[in-house]
Formats: sequence, C-alpha cells, structure tokens
Amino acid sequence: MAMTMTQKILAKAAGLESVKAGELIMANLSLVLGNDITTPPAITEFGKIGCGTVFDRSKIALVPDHFTPNKDIKSAEQAKKVRCFAKEHEIENYFEVGQMGIEHALLPEKGLVVAGDVVIGADSHTCTYGALGAFSTGVGSTDMAAGMATGKAWFKVPEAIRFNLTGKLNKYVSGKDLILHIIGMIGVDGALYKSMEFGGEGMHTLSMDDRFTIANMAIEAGAKNGIFEVDDKTREYMKQHSSKQFTEYTADEDAEYVKVIDIDLSKVPHTVAFPHLPENARTPDNWGDVKIDQIVIGSCTNGRISDLRAAAEILKGKKIKDGIRAIVFPATQEVYKEAIADGTIMTLIEAGCVISTPTCGPCLGGHMGILAAGERCVSTTNRNFLGRMGHVESEVYLASPEVAAASGVTGKLTAPEEIM
Amino acid sequence: MKAKGCVIKYGDNIDTDVIIPARYLSTSEPGELALHCMEDIDKTFVGRVKKGDIMVGGANFGCGSSREHAPIAIKASGISCVIAKDFARIFFRNAINIGLPILECAQASEDIDEGDEVEIDFDTGVITNLTKNRSYQAAAFPPFMQEIISAGGLIAKIREEK
Repeated sequence: MAMTMTQKILAKAAGLESVKAGELIMANLSLVLGNDITTPPAITEFGKIGCGTVFDRSKIALVPDHFTPNKDIKSAEQAKKVRCFAKEHEIENYFEVGQMGIEHALLPEKGLVVAGDVVIGADSHTCTYGALGAFSTGVGSTDMAAGMATGKAWFKVPEAIRFNLTGKLNKYVSGKDLILHIIGMIGVDGALYKSMEFGGEGMHTLSMDDRFTIANMAIEAGAKNGIFEVDDKTREYMKQHSSKQFTEYTADEDAEYVKVIDIDLSKVPHTVAFPHLPENARTPDNWGDVKIDQIVIGSCTNGRISDLRAAAEILKGKKIKDGIRAIVFPATQEVYKEAIADGTIMTLIEAGCVISTPTCGPCLGGHMGILAAGERCVSTTNRNFLGRMGHVESEVYLASPEVAAASGVTGKLTAPEEIM
Repeated sequence: MKAKGCVIKYGDNIDTDVIIPARYLSTSEPGELALHCMEDIDKTFVGRVKKGDIMVGGANFGCGSSREHAPIAIKASGISCVIAKDFARIFFRNAINIGLPILECAQASEDIDEGDEVEIDFDTGVITNLTKNRSYQAAAFPPFMQEIISAGGLIAKIREEK
C-alpha cells in the first residue's frame, strides 16, 4: 500500500504496517505542547481523568508565550496555574519568561522536535514542525489533557496535496510570499483535513526559516499538517540543535494525492493577504494606495533570525516614516541574542523600530501593539481575521518581513524594490 | 437524543477569533466566555440567544486558532447544536471532545434560514426544518467518535477505559 510522508509517520506511530486515508488510528506521541492560554483548561481536564501524573515528564513542553510577560491580573493567574502544574509534575520542558520564546520558534531551536516525530500542541500553529519532516498538528485543550495523561492521540489519517517546487525565489521574495500565494490559490479551506506535502528540487533552495514559515501557515489553508522532505539543510539543522534520534520518511513514488500542484519559485510574486482572510492574496499591481499606521515584524510565522535580518537589510540607513509605529518581536531569546550580536537590532532601532521581548503579543490581539478603530497594520503574522489585532474596525495586511519593512518606510503598503 | 430550537444563522469561514475574541482569553470560565460569544460579528447574539437554539454556519466553520474556548463559549450560550457545511478540523475535534453536538450537512446549511424552527434527531442524523416542512440527512459519525459522544466527551471516555 503506497503511502505519503504523513501516512508513513502515522503508521509507525500507531504500530501498523500501513494506513490509508480516512482510517482512524491511535498514535503514540513524541511530544505534547501547550501555552499559557490553552494549558489552564487542559490542566482542569487532566485533573478529571484522575491518572495521578503525566505519561512522561520529558515529553511535555509548556511555553507561556501568549500573554506574557503577563499583561494583566487574569493572565498572570493563568500563567501561575501553568507554572504550578509544571512544578508539581516536574515537567522538564517548562520555559519561564527569560528562557521562553514563541513556542513554535522555541521548540525546534531547543531540539525538542526532529524528523519522524508525532507532535500535538494546543495551538493551531503546531503544524510548524513539519519543516523538520515531523508530523505535527494543532489540537484543543482536552486533546492536550488526554495526550499528557496517556501519551496517545486519535487521528483520522489524512489525504494529501503534493506541492512540487522548482526554481528559486527571487531577491526580496520569501517563504511568506510563497505560502500566502498558495493560500490565495487554494483558499482558506483548500486543504481542509488534508496534509500539505512539500518536495521537489526547488525545496532545497529554501532556508530552514522559510520552511518553518511555510509549514506554520498550513493551518491557514485548513490543513491538518504541512510537511517537508528531509534534506541536507534539515539534517544540518537537527545536528546543530538536537541530540534526539530522528527518522527520515519519504513518500512512496506511487503515493496517492488528491492534487499535485507544481510551483516555479522564480515566478512567486510579492504577496500580501488583504483583510479579513488569509486567502485574499494580492500582488503589488493590485495593492492600490493602502495607508498604514503600524508594522509588526515577529510571531511564530516570521520572528526568526532571517526574518529580522531581512527587515534590517531593507531598513539599513533608512527611517520609519514619521507617525508610523514599527514593532519588532524576536521570537526567542536566542534570536534576540543573535540579532544583537550581528548588529541587526541596532539597525532596526536606528531606523526607528521598537524591540519587544519575545511574545505572541499583538498577533492575536493580546498586547504590545493593539489597533484602534480605523487603524491599519502591515504584519508578518499569520491571521487577518476581523478584530484579530484589536478593534473590529481595524485592518491587518499579512506580509513578508521585507514588505512590512518597506511599508514602514513609506507609510503605505510597498514592495521592497520601490525603495531599494 | 433530540434537540429542537430556533436557528441563528451565519455565513462561511466563521473563525474562532469572532466566536470568542482573544481579548477575553484571560479566562476559560464558560459563563464569562458566553457573555462575549460572537460579539465582533453579531452584537445582538448574546442578548437574543435562547437555551436550545441551533447555530447554522456555512463552509469551514470554526477556522483559525485551536482555542477550545470557542466551542465552550457557544455551548455555554445555550446553543444545542451547530450545523455547518463543514468544520475546520480543530474545531471539529474540540466540539466532539467537550460534548458540543455538531453536524455536517451542506443541504441543511444552504436551505435553513435565520429564525427557522429546526428539530434534530442525533440517533439518525435527520434534521427537520419545521418552518419549511423539509428534512435533511447529516453525515453519520464513525463508531469511534460516536463512542466519545455517548460517553459525554473525550475525558469521560478515557475514565471509562481506565
């Protein structure tokens, strides 16, 4: 029975020779993840199971990253609940403010996820780790509770869409443009319940950071997971960050796909998703004159070192336009340190950006850059739903770090080439 | 098991940010979440929803974040069932896991209008529109999911198995 990458990983985790799309399986989990928003209800549900303690204290990761450093008393109480639970159950991978970063940037960096793993996380962007050739998917708090108690989760084996990549992205065009381009093509439910599997010779030209960005937004097409083939770049990344053993899975040549989409990376244009859906993808000729109030560079989608460097390259020697707020979020402490060491942070500050501690912050309308009525933000985050970053009458334009930085300079939605 | 109620209808791609905006996620207390359910797209919902009412959506209902607070808010509002053309997968899992009844039925999603009175037979999956005098057949749940539903949610099922 021919299988996709995802199907092979799930078969192994379920102890089966093979699986087929639509089959319901019970899989062993390599890691269970939660944050300060989703873990508190999971702790409550976990208590109802009455199992005493967690299945494996080394296979749970708790990252308080959403409303931290805490924005108000209620969020402080939630973070406290997570902290106490971590202490009580001696959770090895609890990351306090000072060590923590945005969960989906932090876990790969800490080497907690490698190729072949099966990961669930009570956060929809858990699909990020597909960049490493792992199966990872978002679930809710109750699934997280069950996962912490039993080390298992049930899955319906997904069908897959295959993306064959060729060519190489042009200068100033990034993985963010590619994934927005894809979501624009297939829609916000274009991969509903399915895997998005990426491969082809063009894949090797994409940096790991680009791959994280692309896998991260698979959920924005409704996908269960996004996954990349493992190549030398993946192996090198894992070697640098992890001592865990990894397993590479490749799809069978005759694996079945519901659709195969060929993409020439050299033809991918700058792409921005207009309000209020990630599928509202537009290329520069259709941007028109969109005046903005704020840019945000950060998030689990685009807060990694290459994202900050890309923004700094655009902003070097230039100034953020008067009246525009430019807020930058290094995704982790490591990213922050690297960006300080290589001068990226100084470049951004001199251009007029403000640098925040790692946090999800404004991405989900939490704190650190909330929008008022009528305001517009060009953001490197992942969702532009109604009211996502603040007031229901505010607007979010999803873009790459390059486009966000260029827009900060002009005060309107701008392609990098216009100012470089 | 049956449900009967008046329909409150929404469109396609109802995301979890509008079901319960993140600014209210500093709590997971159901009653508090219910006070803000749907407010960003429908300020009248909280005031007019009655216990037993049925929510009908279009395609990709519940897309976006994994917050279980979304189905919890809907359930705590008194909604007895959500019918949609299809659901985003995390919302689907969450609803089953917390015991919020949901049904996928494209025909019902298209045909039912705001204010219609609808009766649902969960054993057969038949949705009857009492206002229009028509009925629709929803997709059946596989036995595995039916077990979670009849146990009263995932946690109850795990307790049963212990």
